[in-house]
Amino acid sequence: MKKRDLICISCPFGCRLHAEWSGTFEELKITGNRCPRGAAYADRELRNPARIVTAVVRSTSAEHPWLPVRTDRELPKPLIDALLNRLYRMRVEVPVSRGDILIENFENSSVNVIFSSTTTR
Amino acid sequence: MIQEEKYEVAVIGAGAAGLCAATVCASAGRNTLVVDREEHPGGILRQCIHSGFGLRYFKEELTGPEYAERVAEKAERAGVRFRFGTTVVSIRRETDGALCLTSLSTAEGVRIIRADAVILAMGCRERTRGNLAVPGSRPAGVFTAGAAQRLLNIEGILPGKKAVIAGSGDIGLIMARRLTWAGIRVEAVVEIMPYPAGLTRNIVQCLDDFHIPLLLEHSLVNILGHGRVEAVEVAPLSRGVPVTERKFRIDCDTVLFSVGLIPENELSAEAGVELNPATGGPLVDSSYETGVPGIFACGNVLHVHDLVDFVSEEAEHAARMVLRRLDGSDGGSGQFPVRAESNLKYVVPNRFLPGCGTRFAFRSLIVCDDGVLEAEQNGKILLSKRFSCVRPAEMLTLEVPGSLLKEPGELKFRLRKGEEI
Ligand SMILES: Cc1cc2nc3c(=O)[nH]c(=O)nc-3n(C[C@H](O)[C@H](O)[C@H](O)COP(=O)(O)OP(=O)(O)OC[C@H]3O[C@@H](n4cnc5c(N)ncnc54)[C@H](O)[C@@H]3O)c2cc1C
Ligand code: SF4
Repeated sequence: MKKRDLICISCPFGCRLHAEWSGTFEELKITGNRCPRGAAYADRELRNPARIVTAVVRSTSAEHPWLPVRTDRELPKPLIDALLNRLYRMRVEVPVSRGDILIENFENSSVNVIFSSTTTR
Repeated sequence: MIQEEKYEVAVIGAGAAGLCAATVCASAGRNTLVVDREEHPGGILRQCIHSGFGLRYFKEELTGPEYAERVAEKAERAGVRFRFGTTVVSIRRETDGALCLTSLSTAEGVRIIRADAVILAMGCRERTRGNLAVPGSRPAGVFTAGAAQRLLNIEGILPGKKAVIAGSGDIGLIMARRLTWAGIRVEAVVEIMPYPAGLTRNIVQCLDDFHIPLLLEHSLVNILGHGRVEAVEVAPLSRGVPVTERKFRIDCDTVLFSVGLIPENELSAEAGVELNPATGGPLVDSSYETGVPGIFACGNVLHVHDLVDFVSEEAEHAARMVLRRLDGSDGGSGQFPVRAESNLKYVVPNRFLPGCGTRFAFRSLIVCDDGVLEAEQNGKILLSKRFSCVRPAEMLTLEVPGSLLKEPGELKFRLRKGEEI
């Protein structure tokens, strides 16, 4: 049996969840949740934890030398460091528009990196 | 030569509050100007590159820059005029009753802006180490969390290699993740209270994800280093007093302070606007009008908000009141006082108009999982609302319909823990 304690962040209650499972999450048992969203949260956190990643990338603009970027959906946690390393080595040409894709389908995760702001010069 | 110009509405600050208020005024056909000392619209949102904004207002989870651009585009489409790189240095009332702003810009020098109504939307600033009096030398490497956020996200400058964060407010927590993702090691977050000041979501995603220790009931007692920070000394607290025999050292070259925000009101105070000591912002009536007729306030300059969505809603509401005022309604007369009592740090607005439905915002002083917020007038409970989760970090709101607010007389709010079932 494996166990882990988690805090549900789906609402301000912040229920303390306790998860127990065997093998690869067969018979996953979650306790401590006040509502079903807590169980769904723990399930996702254990099987496939993922986060929105945000960063700034270097640009050719004199006025905005660093541009904010984000993933367009949650990226699996094990890929975060690789993505950050790639972003820190980039230098992008302006102009760019909010929503433009900077990196498409990063490491086949079907997650894109997009610009968070429009920069004309 | 001093230039002069005239608008119906002048808004000070192009953050979320100023932009949303200006959009409402310009959409109603009022000649509206927004002035900001920065070169770009968006205010504090521009440096908040993380996501978590707009779930309520745009029904989408956005980053700060995205939210800022969207509200700025709305303002432009509505026909709002802008003056960037321009700081308002004073607000006066002329003998003819018109309000008169003096602004300064390096490009255009002094300018006088006359307006029928002024909306204060200057946001807030961070408390600094000076406000807290942490002893120790004054080496380089000590920043407020917001200043470090600006360095990293706008200027691309890494503040150091190993950091300790004092205070567990949301900005500090967000910065813990940001520093880690930038390759800077965060050794600890130190908080004097027994519970964190920031949202649980941020504790989990910004600290726990990276195994950053959160030292509750601990205090930074010393900053060591000559020229540059070399370490800090941290001690546990016993009944609020540091136990110096048990102090320990954490090596680091950077210290961030995230110890709260204060509304930016030097300008308002000089204009004769009376401030509320509990919020640090102006006292306002139910029209969001301050004690000086024609001067309104909204957003973080009024009280510090945790969600930008509430800032936008409040600003739009205040702007609608400004429009009513310009259309000739008589303003604050006939209003009665509103007071925050037990377990509430404050209430906004501070006056109400009988017969007029009003939304009140509150900050709790207590943590509880079953709170009852009550509105009382002349010894009668007008309304009560249960909150299943009360946290000082989260603003509470209560809508009181006009049908309940009929009588004159002081309105009191209080928060109590609900009865156990
Ligand atoms: C670090 C941080 C993280 C946050 N994270 C979140 C989050 O995850 N989710 C969320 O919903 N909310 C978050 N918030 C809260 C939210 O972003 C703010 O409450 C909101 O953006 C404040 O808007 P505002 O317009 O009141 O103030 P500001 O954005 O501060 O705007 C004030 C503007 O006024 C200008 N100004 C001030 N004085 C003058 C003067 N004298 N003359 C000319 N211009 C002047 C300033 O330059 C500034 O542009 C966060 C806030 C901070 C500080
Ligand atoms: S389990 Fe339900 S009630 Fe508890 S924090 Fe999660 S969403 Fe909120």
